[in-house]
Amino acid sequence: MNVHDFVEFTVFGLTAGGIFFVSASGLVVTYATTGVFNFAHGAIGMMAAFLYWQLTVESGWPALLVVVLIVVVIAPLFGLLIERLLIRGLYGASLATTLVVTVGLLVGLIGIAGEIWEPQRRVVSPFFKDGGFELFGIGFFQGGGSDLFGVPVTWHRAITFFIAVAVAVGLRILLYNTRIGTTMRATVDDRDLVALNGARPAWAGAAAWALGASLAALAGILLASAFSSLDIIVITLLVVDAYAAAVVGRLRSLPMTFLGAMILGLLVNYTVGYLPFAFADDRLPRYLQALPSAIPAIMLFVVLLLLPQARLRGSRLISASKVKVASLRSSLLGGVLLVAAALLVVQFASTDNLFELGKGLGLALVVLSLLPLTGYAGQVSLGQLAFAGVGAWAMVEFGDTSPWLGLLMAVAITAAVGAIVSLPALRLDGLYLALMTLAFAVFMEVLIFRLESILGPDSNLVPRLDLPGLNMDSQGTYFVFMAVVYALLAIGILAMRRAAFGRRLIAMRDSPAACATLGMSTNRTKLLVFTMSAAIAGLGGAVYWGFQGTVTAVEFTMVASLVVLLLAVIGGVSTASGALLGGLFFAIVTIISQEIPELDWLPAIAPAVVGISLARNPDGAVAEIAARLRDQFLGRRTKADGDGEHDPLTDLDATLPLGADLTPVQIEALDRELAIEEVSVGSR
Amino acid sequence: MTEHSEAEESIVGAVRSDWESVFGEVPRPALELRAVKAAYGKIQVLHGIDLVVPAGRVVVLLGPNGAGKSTTLKVASGQLPPSAGSLLIAGRLMNWVSPSALARVGVCTIPEGRGVFPNLTVRDNLRMATYAGASMRDVEATTYERFPRLGERRRQLAGTMSGGEQQMLAMARALTTDPAVLLLDELSMGLAPQIVEELYEQVAKIAALGVSILIVEQFAQTVMGVADAVGLMLSGRMVKVGRPQDLEDDLSRAYLGAEV
Ligand SMILES: Nc1ncnc2c1ncn2[C@@H]1O[C@H](COP(=O)(O)OP(=O)(O)OP(=O)(O)O)[C@@H](O)[C@H]1O
Ligand SMILES: [Mg+2]
Repeated sequence: MNVHDFVEFTVFGLTAGGIFFVSASGLVVTYATTGVFNFAHGAIGMMAAFLYWQLTVESGWPALLVVVLIVVVIAPLFGLLIERLLIRGLYGASLATTLVVTVGLLVGLIGIAGEIWEPQRRVVSPFFKDGGFELFGIGFFQGGGSDLFGVPVTWHRAITFFIAVAVAVGLRILLYNTRIGTTMRATVDDRDLVALNGARPAWAGAAAWALGASLAALAGILLASAFSSLDIIVITLLVVDAYAAAVVGRLRSLPMTFLGAMILGLLVNYTVGYLPFAFADDRLPRYLQALPSAIPAIMLFVVLLLLPQARLRGSRLISASKVKVASLRSSLLGGVLLVAAALLVVQFASTDNLFELGKGLGLALVVLSLLPLTGYAGQVSLGQLAFAGVGAWAMVEFGDTSPWLGLLMAVAITAAVGAIVSLPALRLDGLYLALMTLAFAVFMEVLIFRLESILGPDSNLVPRLDLPGLNMDSQGTYFVFMAVVYALLAIGILAMRRAAFGRRLIAMRDSPAACATLGMSTNRTKLLVFTMSAAIAGLGGAVYWGFQGTVTAVEFTMVASLVVLLLAVIGGVSTASGALLGGLFFAIVTIISQEIPELDWLPAIAPAVVGISLARNPDGAVAEIAARLRDQFLGRRTKADGDGEHDPLTDLDATLPLGADLTPVQIEALDRELAIEEVSVGSR
Repeated sequence: MTEHSEAEESIVGAVRSDWESVFGEVPRPALELRAVKAAYGKIQVLHGIDLVVPAGRVVVLLGPNGAGKSTTLKVASGQLPPSAGSLLIAGRLMNWVSPSALARVGVCTIPEGRGVFPNLTVRDNLRMATYAGASMRDVEATTYERFPRLGERRRQLAGTMSGGEQQMLAMARALTTDPAVLLLDELSMGLAPQIVEELYEQVAKIAALGVSILIVEQFAQTVMGVADAVGLMLSGRMVKVGRPQDLEDDLSRAYLGAEV
């Protein structure tokens, strides 16, 4: 250990911290202004990094020009587009809805990037690697950078750090010393009052998203040269790592975010640098090599543990789902129908299609775990697939002795893990629970599942349950068995929903503040439902991968885990049949993409697109289609008041229709006629 | 489809001519609602309201809880587009014009509750007031002159000030932005009588400048001094219109719940 090393690790750490801050500050700005946490932040940074590669390396444009083009023009425009198309309609929507929209965007962007940039080696060189440029006879960024205790501080590193400081100062000035910045903060406080002051709250939101996207892009570009080859997932995840820094600032305070980012950057690099010294020959054992990439997740976990209890907010009006809770009779009937349908499918489907449908059914078991958690309790988990993975691993590990023991352990272990994961976030807003589960998914993906002693690099055989008198090795029999498991689980969950505990979940979703006043412990209720949901996912995982026969670590990626949430939304997150539809949707999309090679992008993108478009309807596809049909056949109901009840306006052009019948264009014409120039028309 | 019965439908309530009997002929009032109906979703709350605020006059809306006073103000400020009828400002049709556009042409609204941003400093709150056209320097100067207490607290978060101070800050917007129409919703809510009196002194000063003002209050005494006309609202209708002194009997009856 010496000064040189320490300085080197510190320089690396501050550089990384700088990038984390640039990224985290973008998150904070959009969240603080619009109340929507942008899960797609990392994906925007990733797209920017690839575009940067495309333009500088492939097209040979000058780096500086490309940086300006992306950060100042393209990314802000993209941010504006997102805000206009997806976010503006979300104000006042439930947490689950806002989460699904940006999670869908994340998955969709990753899918699109995968289509545009096929895997190949892509290298981006650091800024001014081969010296800088001359302007008016003065050399800029000449030479390789400067020296600090013999550690070369490259221009790229120096620039990165100074950009971070400049972003911090610039944002501070923008938010606190300009009117648009003040408006952005005011919008968080009281949107309506912003409008009554004469400002346009929608503009503040748009500005925040443009700025957020620009900062994400900047972070992505700064990151790009750090890799021997650009990788879609790695860059997305690195920008995601900034979550931990943003949470240090409680998603509001920029100075605290800066502190968090620097701590994170240093922590990661000291770990990379110093950890090997703890072992013989200064060599990190293989099982610890991924530790540095799991540090942001660990830091998030710790920070959430330390954050003080959130204040309970008053209830806001959420449009309750109109789905009736199925009675025991109808849920039994549904179960019987499902099993009957499964028997028919086994008769008629080809082997390949049966396999895909079976995977869809298995996935549906995992998706079903979101019914009590998201559908009833209004909490969101982004890590259900990771729980399923734990279940599958338990089956591999303990199923050899007896598959029933394996199943039991799958349920018990996932329940315990679920309790531990949810504990730090219980006291906090539902968003933090979602962040925690995402961190869990990443943690499991990069560190745990790949361990030799867990799933390792190769595929593992997953035993199937044995039932007396049945040949469970037959795909058909096992398919029907999965349908039976689904039916039993759904019937059980519905029974729980009808019982006192279920009513408590609904009460907690609708008004946590009221529950607290009544002396009901929302923390315990949350813990219970989260544990239960994790256990269901674990059970589902054990059964699902039994159908597949083998399991490998690479199946449990964060992105796949997010797809589980999207599928739940597509099918309908508040009904027991929703998960089945979600799983079926995925199976059908997969089958189509196999039949039609031109549509091979479908499984990567369709769940995202459909998920985003259905996010606002808690009842999912079926309810949406039913509502459309009703409107179609029964005629759409008009507004609360009928037409033609207006008083004649003697002093206005009587040929113009009045009031609610006016289109914005007509109003504008009217205003012009009346010489009111400043008035623009509300966009409601 | 609507919530009320046929019998209720037949109550016409006060119409424009009732307002004209108070004010005389008003060809182009600063603010006018004509047969305005309004609904939250499918629940209709206003069942045809006529309201006239002539330029430079002060009109007070009174009525028990849930009468629809705040809703009427929301229509006037553009926050809730009428489902039928018209909103006119200076004789121009303003249905569906956004609240921020109305604010910029001179409709200043201080909503129910505290019309301030709690997590912004006093100074930042004043900065928001500049959207209505005044410069930051003028806004600050006028505010601190009228309310020296706010000057001492310019760096304090508005939410940490007392209710009276917050309401002063809200009033500062009305004082400094030189509005054409001022809409005030329950300034007195939860404040000590002395503070309320102070606030209404400021309202009287604003009125003296020729600003047209519509005030919503629960209880009559505090505002009667400044009112040129009073409208009494009951379950979504304007049931009575008159000069303050003419309405005293109706008011006591209305608050006791009797038929008017
Ligand atoms: N956002 C809303 N959604 C649905 N109904 C509403 C909403 N706001 C008000 N209402 C209903 O409209 C009616 C009129 O409400 P409003 O707030 O206008 O009454 P008010 O006269 O201002 O009463 P108060 O003196 O208590 O302020 C009430 O019955 C109320 O329940
Ligand atoms: Mg009110």
